[in-house]
Amino acid sequence: MSLLYPVAAIGRVTLGALAHIGAIAIFAGRVLSHVLRPPFYPREFLLALMQIGWFSLPVVGLTALFTGGALALQIYAGGARFSAEAVVPAIVAIGMVRELGPVLGGLMVAARVASSIAAEIGTMKVTEQIDALVTLSTHPLKYLAVPRAVAATLAVPVLVAVGDVIGIMGGWMVGVNRLGFNSAAYIKNTLDFLETWDVTSGLLKGAAFGFIVALMGCYHGMNSGRGAQGVGQATKSAVVSASVLIFAANYLLTELFFS
Amino acid sequence: MIELRGVKKRFGANEVLRGVDLTVAKGTSMVIIGGSGTGKSVLLKCILGLVRPDEGRITLSGRDVTEGDRDAFLARFGMLFQGGALFDSLRIWENVAFRLMRGATKRPKPEARAIAIEKLRRVGLGPQVADLYPAELSGGMQKRVSLARAIAAEPEIIFFDEPTTGLDPIMSGVINALIREIVTEMGATAMAITHDMSSVRAIADNVAMLHGGKVRWTGPVSEMDATSDPYVQQFIHGRAEGPIESLR
Repeated sequence: MSLLYPVAAIGRVTLGALAHIGAIAIFAGRVLSHVLRPPFYPREFLLALMQIGWFSLPVVGLTALFTGGALALQIYAGGARFSAEAVVPAIVAIGMVRELGPVLGGLMVAARVASSIAAEIGTMKVTEQIDALVTLSTHPLKYLAVPRAVAATLAVPVLVAVGDVIGIMGGWMVGVNRLGFNSAAYIKNTLDFLETWDVTSGLLKGAAFGFIVALMGCYHGMNSGRGAQGVGQATKSAVVSASVLIFAANYLLTELFFS
Repeated sequence: MIELRGVKKRFGANEVLRGVDLTVAKGTSMVIIGGSGTGKSVLLKCILGLVRPDEGRITLSGRDVTEGDRDAFLARFGMLFQGGALFDSLRIWENVAFRLMRGATKRPKPEARAIAIEKLRRVGLGPQVADLYPAELSGGMQKRVSLARAIAAEPEIIFFDEPTTGLDPIMSGVINALIREIVTEMGATAMAITHDMSSVRAIADNVAMLHGGKVRWTGPVSEMDATSDPYVQQFIHGRAEGPIESLR
């Protein structure tokens, strides 16, 4: 009988994980189904847009700047092995707009926003504010989750676009000041190699990642356990699950866009 | 009239409500007493639909609470939560006027604000608090704001969950007196749950004691002290010895 314990444990974990995935899928479906149905909460939407978009700009910008710079150094060093140093502007640009801009932007927003959404909604849950919303004839999902999900889906592509520009600028700064590239030639190379789809695909990824971040923050907040420990756990779970889902979605979207 | 018949609710292995039967007549004030963890808050939440009972039937004016338009049903209620449950991100007046700015009862913003300020005055708070945030108020003031929010849309039924928990005796007396005054003035049906016997005597027309997941005793507050029920006697006199098990 004891031989079956590990199998049973694996089964329990698998069933638990599947139940969790199912619950998240249902939650996502419910959020989406409310997006176009009134009532709408413009004030909550604008506040979320400000919180997610505007206040994330510094962290996304700084991340992109340093990543662009480091990328330029790495590609230059790697390219030097087969005399391909000249590809630095093109690879930095493509790497930033297709992959690093959306993924790193999404991850930084996950760290900053998913945690704050989960903590805020989790605290609302444990202090009965969500019950209070219901007694005041207000659908908590509609009031709390939908504005945040829509705001994040719209804001993160804009953050990604800004991050792309700053990241490319970081590469340009390092390329010109450290690696001896001609400034005009670097910019021309960047523009010549970039295609519209490179940029668009990155922005679409950003939209998907934004939705994931808000969804995980809201889901874990609304399912938060009791007390400070419950809220802490919800916050941690929101960041971890948003980050993992961003990587998974990134792979799937890359397959979809570029295979 | 609110009627509960055979209401049962369990959370995992913990059977909190084991067949609650209770009637609250229209325009009266019912206070539910009982030890911690006896399911008093769960009972209120079952009536409001925040928790779904496993068995039993709850009716309001003869109609099952799970049927019909939910918003219209909830519009008949006001609720004062134990911790106030004020929305941190909204100003005090916006908290009070929350229902008035949404849904079927939506009013223009200036009108909603005027009503909120009037309700704040009714609970003894001046207009200067209207633009503050909940975190800037003391616990007693937050309870008053929550009371103002509960009565803002002039509901037919008001629920009070531990209205005096965490307050000093003077503030408790003030809140109890306010609840009694407001319930009488509005002619509302009230249900309160509390451990505080001074609240029971101040608020209640009738009392029900919940123990072991069922209503152990119910009757007019005037008969509560005279009842021979040992559970009620132990509870209202706060004795450690008696049929209700206590951890020591």
